Amino acid sequence: MKTIQELEEIRKRTFETIKVRREHSGTRIVVAMGTCGIKAGARDVMVSIMETVAEDNLTDVVIAQTGCTGNCDMEPIVEVYRPGQDKVTYVKMTPEKVAKIVKEHLAKGKVVSEYTMNS
Amino acid sequence: MKMYRSHIMVCKGTGCNSSSSELIAQNFEKELKENGLENEVIVERTGCFGLCALGPVVIVYPEAAFYSQIKPEDVHEIVTEHLLKGRVVKRLLYHESIDGDRLKPLDEVPFYQKQVRIALRNCGVINPENIDEYIAFDGYKALTKALTEMNSEQVIDTIKRSGLRGRGGAGFPTGNKWEFAAKVKDDQKYVCCNADEGDPGAFMDRSVLEGDPHAVLEAMAIAGFAIGASQGYIYVRAEYPIAVKRLTIAIGQARQYGLLGKNILGTGFDFDIELRLGAGAFVCGEETALMRSIEGKRGMPTPRPPFPAVKGLFAKPTILNNVETLANVCQIILKGAEWFSSMGTEKSKGTKVFALGGKINNTGLVEVPMGTTMREIIYDIGGGIPNGRPYKAAQTGGPSGGCIPASEIDVPIDYDNLIALGSMMGSGGLIVMDDTTCMVDISRFFLDFTVDESCGKCTPCREGTKRMLEILERICEGKGEEGDIEKLESLARSIKDTALCGLGQTAPNPILSTLKYFRDEYEAHIRDKKCPAGVCQALLEYKISDEKCKGCGICAKNCPASAISGKPKETYLIDQAKCIKCGVCMSKCPFKAIAKE
Repeated sequence: MKTIQELEEIRKRTFETIKVRREHSGTRIVVAMGTCGIKAGARDVMVSIMETVAEDNLTDVVIAQTGCTGNCDMEPIVEVYRPGQDKVTYVKMTPEKVAKIVKEHLAKGKVVSEYTMNS
Repeated sequence: MKMYRSHIMVCKGTGCNSSSSELIAQNFEKELKENGLENEVIVERTGCFGLCALGPVVIVYPEAAFYSQIKPEDVHEIVTEHLLKGRVVKRLLYHESIDGDRLKPLDEVPFYQKQVRIALRNCGVINPENIDEYIAFDGYKALTKALTEMNSEQVIDTIKRSGLRGRGGAGFPTGNKWEFAAKVKDDQKYVCCNADEGDPGAFMDRSVLEGDPHAVLEAMAIAGFAIGASQGYIYVRAEYPIAVKRLTIAIGQARQYGLLGKNILGTGFDFDIELRLGAGAFVCGEETALMRSIEGKRGMPTPRPPFPAVKGLFAKPTILNNVETLANVCQIILKGAEWFSSMGTEKSKGTKVFALGGKINNTGLVEVPMGTTMREIIYDIGGGIPNGRPYKAAQTGGPSGGCIPASEIDVPIDYDNLIALGSMMGSGGLIVMDDTTCMVDISRFFLDFTVDESCGKCTPCREGTKRMLEILERICEGKGEEGDIEKLESLARSIKDTALCGLGQTAPNPILSTLKYFRDEYEAHIRDKKCPAGVCQALLEYKISDEKCKGCGICAKNCPASAISGKPKETYLIDQAKCIKCGVCMSKCPFKAIAKE
């Protein structure tokens, strides 16, 4: 028999895994998955984001993907949308760089400016 | 549960399931594996999304891309384009869900825009075979709240104040029903769920059971706590195999988690639920007949009083609630009576699920606040009538209900307004009719159903409905006589006053309501031997137009009764005495020269 506390744990844990199905107002991290992006390693970047987000137990983060953003020589490209902030575009991503973005930008809201498009 | 970036929700309600949604789900799983996406993307089989006309339906999150009328062979494109490359496959999207290049959120799609989903809140959103997903969206939280923070009086008071009325047809206040049963002292009481949905055109209970079975179990446990019952029964149609399967799984999971059974959540409260399968008899949806059937007896109504709250199942105090009624209970306990009663009209609170069918573009399930007008349901949500034909009437409440004519299309729909119009809420079946529907024929259809399903216990229902049907059949065959309408009215009144149960008492409603608004159609059938809507075959005449006929003779060649004659290049003629009114000539004529009148 489950206790009320156990029920609450199931609720929290499962909600994290299925919350993408509800309207969402938090952070959204989008990986460009055009042919050029995939060729440049976007899939590894995506997997790394998923793993880091799960490891760090980040809540209110949705991982999505989009097609080619048009900057093919900058791929893999990752965009971060946070409520009340302008979109931040990260370029030439690697799984290692992504881990830092998750830990800094997604978790603490600090933009990792050295990886952005304008740097 | 593992984290997946994308969730593919494949509708496995009865409608989509019958148009190959299982194969679609399997194709997704196969394609995901072939593309190495099986650890990133999950396929979930859900309950009904509501838009049955567009099935099979697939929604992909987090984009909430609404794919409609998907074929198993479309899956490859969705996986390689959308899931692999992030490009939504526009050609497969429901056309109203895109606005130029922008993908509209689901609640901006016209079909969903005016809907408020309470009873259907989890349908299409969770995997109904996974209790954890139900728990994730606040499942079993209301039961926890009731058991730990409230006493039975407070639960009953909340339901009473919410204004929730029975969604099964009669519209009796749910809280009052619970209160009566709670006040009766007895060592054993029962909670029954009426899932014997038998109205032609209604399928909302089935959809709740298929899409969110735990919502019903949880509400029954709360009802058990409120009235002091330890045992519940769900009486469900055996014709609903998916619902039965999911309920069985849900009961097993709830028992495993200790949410049913002894000492629930360690609070000392005991409650368990068993399923009872009905054999598909309409009368078994009537509360007293339903309880006799659970007892293993023949399903026949018994006179009231005694009311079930005093002497119900196995002669013990019993409450019987419909599936949709129960599907509202947990949200009322969680969000409060005021939240619920803020929606709806003065005497009809909350929302109502309607099963839209008939001549309507968006066939399916819609849940709207009480007080929404028929016009909003049909035109704003239902997408209007196919081919732009005019609205003639909507039949509500199934065989116990009646028709809402075009003149009343702007009346806010609630229990009392529908009754004032001569119809009723009933279970919520809503069959839309255009100008090609014959109202006499519709009455005949519903009476035919009632006669078939009458249990035969009381004479007014057994004999009276049969006599009414005979008259209607005669009228439709062109053999109507002066005085038939008066005979129908007199029979209808006697049956209403003398039948034993609610089903018999309401059986004449379709006739009375069509007589009220469409009496001229009855008169045209009887006096002029004409069917104005062109439906009753016996009253139609197929005629060939002098102007349009080119004398090709195709009609004569195809006529199975050799009723058409003529010479090449001259107008052909139909011998009305020989014509069997099959309509083959009309469908074969290349010049549209044949019309039925």
